[in-house]
Amino acid sequence: MSGLDKTLLVSSSPHVRKGRAVDRIMFEVMLALLPAVAWSLWSFGLGALFTLLTAIAASVLAEHLACRMVGRPSTVRDGSAMLTGLLFGLTLPPGLALWMVVVGAFIAIFLGKALFGGLGYNPFNPALVGRAVMQATFPVAMTTWVASTAPERFTRLPSTTLAWPLTQPVVDVVSGPTPLSAWKFSHQATDAADLFMGSTMGSAGETSALLILLGGVYLVGRKVMGWRIPVTILATVAVVSGALWLWDPTTYASPWFHLFSGGLMLGAVFMATDMVGSPMTHTGVVLYGILIGVLVVVIRTWAGMPEGVMYAILLGNALAPHLDRLIQPRVYGTTRKGKAP
Amino acid sequence: MSAPSPALAMTRTLVGAGVVCGFLIVVAYELTAPIIQENRIEARQAAVFEVLPGAVATATFQLQADGSLQAVPDETTAGDLVFAGYDAQGGLVGAALEAQGMGYQDTIRLIYGYSFDKDAIIGIKVLESRETPGLGTRVETDPVYQANFDALDVSLDAAGQALANPIEAVGAGKKQHPWQVDCITGATISSKAIANMLGTSAAKWMPAIAARPEALARPEGAHVQ
Amino acid sequence: MSSSSPPTTTDEFIKGLWRENPVFVQVLGMCPTLAVTNSAVNAVAMGLATTFVLVMSNLAISAIRRFVPKQVRIVTYILLIATFVTVVDYAIAAISLPLHKALGAFISLIVVNCIILGRAEAFAGKNPILPSLADGLGMGIGFTGALLTLGVVREVLGMGTLFGVALFPAAFQPWVIMVLPAGGFFTLSAWMLVFNALRRRQRALSEPA
Repeated sequence: MSGLDKTLLVSSSPHVRKGRAVDRIMFEVMLALLPAVAWSLWSFGLGALFTLLTAIAASVLAEHLACRMVGRPSTVRDGSAMLTGLLFGLTLPPGLALWMVVVGAFIAIFLGKALFGGLGYNPFNPALVGRAVMQATFPVAMTTWVASTAPERFTRLPSTTLAWPLTQPVVDVVSGPTPLSAWKFSHQATDAADLFMGSTMGSAGETSALLILLGGVYLVGRKVMGWRIPVTILATVAVVSGALWLWDPTTYASPWFHLFSGGLMLGAVFMATDMVGSPMTHTGVVLYGILIGVLVVVIRTWAGMPEGVMYAILLGNALAPHLDRLIQPRVYGTTRKGKAP
Repeated sequence: MSAPSPALAMTRTLVGAGVVCGFLIVVAYELTAPIIQENRIEARQAAVFEVLPGAVATATFQLQADGSLQAVPDETTAGDLVFAGYDAQGGLVGAALEAQGMGYQDTIRLIYGYSFDKDAIIGIKVLESRETPGLGTRVETDPVYQANFDALDVSLDAAGQALANPIEAVGAGKKQHPWQVDCITGATISSKAIANMLGTSAAKWMPAIAARPEALARPEGAHVQ
Repeated sequence: MSSSSPPTTTDEFIKGLWRENPVFVQVLGMCPTLAVTNSAVNAVAMGLATTFVLVMSNLAISAIRRFVPKQVRIVTYILLIATFVTVVDYAIAAISLPLHKALGAFISLIVVNCIILGRAEAFAGKNPILPSLADGLGMGIGFTGALLTLGVVREVLGMGTLFGVALFPAAFQPWVIMVLPAGGFFTLSAWMLVFNALRRRQRALSEPA
């Protein structure tokens, strides 16, 4: 028996592993989202707080149920469902009825993730799948925006938040257009500084471009996230919208308006960078970023809806595996066609 | 079965089947055509009654090349048609006209009622649309939007050849003049599309009919409800 | 088909309802299944129209199956099917114009519904009249039932009504996506999930332990 003890174990790479990588990444991303979350709570008050908490709780519950249904150990502890819930909550209007938040979170987890096999197998960003379905299901509620920094925001909830399940929310708070819909439908531009700082209406977590960028810089610094995706998306949006703007500044919105309004920052930094849904090679990632950037400007400028970041990223997710196939890294010692030289 | 040549058997089968099928189709058509025709007229009449409150009878007129209006049978579908609505005493309530134009997804077809007394559009009804349910379809259900068409001014200018004020779509709650249409927030494209198609249709029809309600006087045998 | 004795006419009727359901098992006729199930009325109307065409074409094809040379059988089948579809098209327009408008081009498209040509080719062309009638009726009712399951879910959630009758107080929030094409896909896949799970359980129970 003594000889067997000396058997060498031969295995392929990777040889160096860090323990519990998934929960570390999820923790870091949530940490990076903290400034945006804090800003959301400050500017939308109780409405945002309830939306975010409900989204997280429902996502975690959905993840647990999904794991139980297929008889797998619950993966709630890795934090991915929590992050999906948080991201989903941040893309919602802060006064959305809580029962809708729950429906959306279940769709995000079940349809966006569990049906594909769970974390690591989801081709689309689950939070955006949830939001896209919500957008098509409750188009009016999903485009009813409560005012930012309303004086009574810490003492009372928007009436829409507590609508009874399955009933239509009744709007009584001050609501109005987001900067993007104001531009699209009334051609009113919003001050770029307001957009950058975030004192505008919009989804719970998308308003402050500055704080989201801070989170992004932190993630890149901690090497949790590559810089290429957000940078190419933002650069592409700036270049394409800039070209249109130079062509005709009265018809087309300025590049800084495009960069700092709507969900672009949140999408580019936290959604498009989903590790599962984005391509693997550097070239693939750059193409992916360009594609999303162009789609964002095209949808915002010519499509019927004011905001297109969500659809642009979902389309990018759909194309990511094909980009990977298109750009396969060459195996060392072979030609581009895969043959030996 | 004796063995005829395959070509003959095939021809015989196809011709036989063709004759039988053709016969079946003709029979079905002859049986249903009058009912379908009646359904069509009834549907159109119901729409006319809806956009011309108070009307109980209708007649169909066709705009001729020389600009005159000619009474035509109700089943007519071709040409530029105008449907006159009459009250119980036979007096002219107004004229109903069809308009169509591009909506958000597909062509919207609607019918609108014009009152000679008010010189205004007094009601619209969407006949066909594929607008987004819950958003674009609000042009059919939103009471505030429908109120635009309680009396939408389409009076002619002094020369009588064009609208004095073209119908104009404005942002929600910005209506100041009787010829403006308040759009619905969230359904801007659909609400603008309807305002535009009304504008185009009214610009074409008003010069032809507004000055002469007598041309639409009730003919013999108008279709009563 | 049961292995011990030849299938009876009743067997031919019953198989279409569940074991060989055209929608949930054979996954045929997806176009009308997805397109016109946005309300229960549309679903039933489409199901009945298809059932009529299916029964009539099965009858006619079974009756003439001995006289049709096999080189022209598909042409003949399609000719017959198209005739019955045209008759149904006129009949629906005569019964209700709004219904005719709601079903739109999908009435004419019954011609190319794979279920009908599939049954003609796989069954009616080889079997006597009575089993063909039972087969067509069973498949038709199975198809209608499947459409109805979709139509009910989509109408209740999408409009808050069932067969046009309001089920909820006016404050009900309709789930718009359910009446859009996407809702058809979601509902179909959800039902398929449920039915497959049921059938798997059925199979597990019937197998000796």
